[in-house]
Amino acid sequence: MNERYDVVVVGAGPAGSVAAWHAAIGGAKVLLLEKDRDIGPPVRCAEGVAADSLKLVVEPDKSFIQNEIEGLRLYAPNGQMVPLISDDRGYILNRKVFDWYLAQLAAKAGADVRTKAYVNGLLFEDGHVAGVTFQSLGKTFRVHSKIVIGADGVESRVGRWAGLRTQLKLKDIETCVQFTLGNIEVDRRYCDFYFSRNLAPGGYVWVFPKGDGTANVGLGISGLEAQKLGRSPISYLRDFVEQKFPGAPVITTTIGGVPVAKTLKRIVTSGLMLVGDAARQVNPVSGGGIVSGMIAGKIAGQIAAEAVRAGDTSEKFLKRYEKEWHKAEGRNHEIFYRVKEAIHRFTDDELNAIASSFLELPEGERTLVNLFKIALKQKPSLILDVFAIFKDQAKSAMRASV
Amino acid sequence: MILVREDLCDFCGVCVSVCPPDCIELREAEIRIDHEACTECKLCVYVCPVETLEYVETSHERAV
Repeated sequence: MNERYDVVVVGAGPAGSVAAWHAAIGGAKVLLLEKDRDIGPPVRCAEGVAADSLKLVVEPDKSFIQNEIEGLRLYAPNGQMVPLISDDRGYILNRKVFDWYLAQLAAKAGADVRTKAYVNGLLFEDGHVAGVTFQSLGKTFRVHSKIVIGADGVESRVGRWAGLRTQLKLKDIETCVQFTLGNIEVDRRYCDFYFSRNLAPGGYVWVFPKGDGTANVGLGISGLEAQKLGRSPISYLRDFVEQKFPGAPVITTTIGGVPVAKTLKRIVTSGLMLVGDAARQVNPVSGGGIVSGMIAGKIAGQIAAEAVRAGDTSEKFLKRYEKEWHKAEGRNHEIFYRVKEAIHRFTDDELNAIASSFLELPEGERTLVNLFKIALKQKPSLILDVFAIFKDQAKSAMRASV
Repeated sequence: MILVREDLCDFCGVCVSVCPPDCIELREAEIRIDHEACTECKLCVYVCPVETLEYVETSHERAV
């Protein structure tokens, strides 16, 4: 294989497959490369998405919806349960099927797909990214393309090779472990979140039910806390499971990192676009990145196809993607980034106090926005920063980004 | 020197994301550290979710 493509996409997670799908719909000749043997596994994800935001990119299909969620419940450090009311529904996906499904959409739109294809370098022509080299089953390939889309995840190197600064700071990574537990008692209608410095410093514990007595039970801790405390998330998770679900069978063990950063300053350069975790397009508060990555993938794929049609794949043209992304999600993520930093600074006592104040609200007013309002009152210094923007933006932003 | 315990590694790539000199290479089920490029900053050791990476003091010897 020594061919030319219009667009090569590196990584067949949701962001990459959606980018390939939309680039192909736009008429581009697309190659989608995945380093693993399969598309989907190994899943590195808690698999929760907001239903309405998913629908912005793909129609929900029962093949990949594992469970439907009615609400979120937060637990304060003292164990106080804080149920949130919301009109929004959520899904727990089956990512093994979901990722496969999205890659199939790309394939059906005309994209070529290769698995076990490890991209180990970029090709350049006159300082312009002009393709990739990859290894697959003992052979090395050079593929020329007008655009490369890097969707190579938290561990992205594609951006670095093109001179973009992708290195994460310790405070901007959540280091995570998750067990999918079987034969446990969980209410399948609710996603539960536990906050406490003792349980998950600089992060939280999640329990996302998958139905049939199974749930994704995991946690992330801030990289900075991991460094300070000299403890890893696996030790925290063992403690939590021992306490809440002693002896539960561990059906799957999932390990990974979540970038909880602002979007990279630069996500395009001539002939190159980054999408998804590679571009740090994750909601920094929730750590949710499936749909935001897909939204970015959709925009990037469309603009890549336009650029190919226009015969202009310069940085200037591709910046349209950067601009559209910031309009769609990126700006919200900047607000959420400040919120994240605030949350990480709360002590357990402060979190308990926030929970108590919140529970004094009438049931009908216990929304996520009101919870944040109460939280921000605890830290008045943040109000100027965040509160004003919150009033009009938070509601729609929350809906789109959980 | 940073050592990888391959029996523990799940090849998740968190270490790659924080590495300042970009000296870690992750494949499907294989991880390699370029010890020549490594500055031994240990950031990868701190963020590994499952304690796969280990810093071992070596004065001169640099094993592969």
